[in-house]
Amino acid sequence: MEKIILRDIPDLDNIDVYVANGGYSSLKKVIAEMTPDQVIDEVKKSGLRGRGGACFSTGMKWSFMPKGNEKPKFLCCNGDESEPGSFKDREIFEKNPHQFIEGALIAAYAMGIGAVYTYIRGEYWKWFNIMEKSVADAYKKGFIGKNLFGSNFSVEMYNHMGAGAYICGEETSLMNSLEGKRGYPRVKPPFPAVSGMWGNPTTINNIETLANVPAIINKGGEWFSKIGDPRQPGTLLFGVSGDVNKPGVYELPTGIPLMELINDHCGGVKDGKEIKMVIPGGSSMPPLTREECLIAKMDNESLKEVGSMIGTAGVIVMAEGTDVVDVIRRVTKFYYHESCGQCTPCREGCGWMLKVLNRIMDGSGRKSDLDLLISVAENIEGNTICALGDAAAWPVKHAVRKFRKDFEAKIKDDTPLPVLNKVHGLRESDEYDTITFQSEQEVVEGLIGTVQELSQNEDVKRFSS
Amino acid sequence: MSNENYTPHFDENEMKMVQYHISKYPKPMAAVMPVLWMIQDKYGWISVDSMRYVGELLNLPPDHVLGVATFYTMYFKKPMGKFHLQVCTNVSCMLCGGYKIFDHICNKFGIKNKEITSDGMFSIEEVECLGSCGTAPMLQVNNREFYENLTTESVDALLSKLSNS
Ligand SMILES: Cc1cc2nc3c(=O)[nH]c(=O)nc-3n(C[C@H](O)[C@H](O)[C@H](O)COP(=O)(O)O)c2cc1C
Ligand code: SF4
Ligand code: FES
Repeated sequence: MEKIILRDIPDLDNIDVYVANGGYSSLKKVIAEMTPDQVIDEVKKSGLRGRGGACFSTGMKWSFMPKGNEKPKFLCCNGDESEPGSFKDREIFEKNPHQFIEGALIAAYAMGIGAVYTYIRGEYWKWFNIMEKSVADAYKKGFIGKNLFGSNFSVEMYNHMGAGAYICGEETSLMNSLEGKRGYPRVKPPFPAVSGMWGNPTTINNIETLANVPAIINKGGEWFSKIGDPRQPGTLLFGVSGDVNKPGVYELPTGIPLMELINDHCGGVKDGKEIKMVIPGGSSMPPLTREECLIAKMDNESLKEVGSMIGTAGVIVMAEGTDVVDVIRRVTKFYYHESCGQCTPCREGCGWMLKVLNRIMDGSGRKSDLDLLISVAENIEGNTICALGDAAAWPVKHAVRKFRKDFEAKIKDDTPLPVLNKVHGLRESDEYDTITFQSEQEVVEGLIGTVQELSQNEDVKRFSS
Repeated sequence: MSNENYTPHFDENEMKMVQYHISKYPKPMAAVMPVLWMIQDKYGWISVDSMRYVGELLNLPPDHVLGVATFYTMYFKKPMGKFHLQVCTNVSCMLCGGYKIFDHICNKFGIKNKEITSDGMFSIEEVECLGSCGTAPMLQVNNREFYENLTTESVDALLSKLSNS
């Protein structure tokens, strides 16, 4: 299978090599021969869907942008890549940065965008520098800048470095972060296409999504739509990690059976073991059992049939012997740590789930804890500003349902006694030690006075009535 | 160890860099992250004084800069060791021994998460997935270089290399 992005050409990251292999010809083509609408139509025809996790039609997203130039418009390229299990965009920065840049420039042309920002996570210092150099090279060759190829289309491109916050991958948080604010997600609507960065129409696309675009222009949307599963055509950069013999990034057509990916490409499960659980698309996606793995195909629609989703195609394989509860605890700790704290269900719910999972792990769990976990998860899901809440809820909810026996095996004593309350409590800062009853009591007692004082306060009375 | 105390100041060249960052965006506020990075690269960490300084440079209230600096985990709000070891323990690393690496370093130096060795050479932090899951377990040093496919032996070799540098 011919690869679209991770092409087998040595030194493709070098702009001269890229140009010698047809690079930037698609950009030239759209500017010389196509109207912006024709570009959007071609991308629609290709059936390309976003690779950042939500799987939304790229052509459709681009068509939401207002036409005309009354207001400046922006494109944000999402290279925050912080979903545990995902490490594919890094591969694009390293191996084929110009194809992504070209794709971003084509997108800018199609939407009449004058400035493109690439948001790269702070930890990717090395890859940020690669991008700085690549963008500078493209400027030098005249692929970015004023009046490209003598046309009246001008575009600027900048890289922006994050500083360690998973939430900044969420599109509205990313925009706030780029504006120089804390990365709090915004309430939608208004959607970014209406009011995005600095209140202007903005489109956010993933790096891999954009890296597909030059090939779509060159070879046609129809060609692209015939690769892989027609419902989500093209290739995916599968980042496979965990208990496999050859972990790594594999570019393969969508719809490939999961077991083929694991056995034929990744050298099978370590030590020839059976599979215990697979997270198919980055840590937020519902995990699969061994039975589900046997029938799962790796595209979004097929994965939905087994109750999961493709997400960012970060495949984490866990062999027999893996402690499922511990894995879910670790995943939950991640979301607890990364919750921005704006919504109560997410901020508190993640903490509660973590504490329940911690007490199950340390042997003081109760059978009722399993239903409690599902209940907390379901109360987070759908009740938050952004999808981090869902991302935190899904692994817990689905793992408890699918691997209930593993959870139950950790519950030793199940006397229906009121348990020492290790769940409710104030948010702790860095360490996740459980709050003891003693200190919680003290905290509550300390608060009682304040609350009473407060209720005497005229301002508070006014606001509470 | 990074400078314990310092008076934040950019020289002429650095001020040009600040101007460059400002020029990339429609509003100067957007330059706050790159300028905070400049402070941290120069002094090793970001003091409250430097948040004020950045605020003055960009015409922002100091509490806005404080809000930004404290939101992002990679901005150090206190001095770290000369070599800050950021060990990933997220799922893929955990499956491949990330906690073993983390505990190994902690035990070796007798420090816990976010602590510094008494000679100021090393500090350690448990971090979330750094996008090296395929080459797990891994650690990052000083927000910069990635070291991947770690074993306790290769970590020991790395640490002694760093100690002698
Ligand atoms: C909590 C959270 C984290 C996200 N992180 C990323 C990320 O790191 N990279 C990314 O491309 N998209 C991420 N997304 C998805 C983006 O919000 C957005 O949908 C995507 O970048 C759009 O690009 P696409 O249409 O090309 O997929 C995240 C979403 C959420 C809710
Ligand atoms: S769901 Fe969580 S991360 Fe998203 S806005 Fe609410 S608190 Fe923040
Ligand atoms: S889980 Fe450690 S780098 Fe991704």
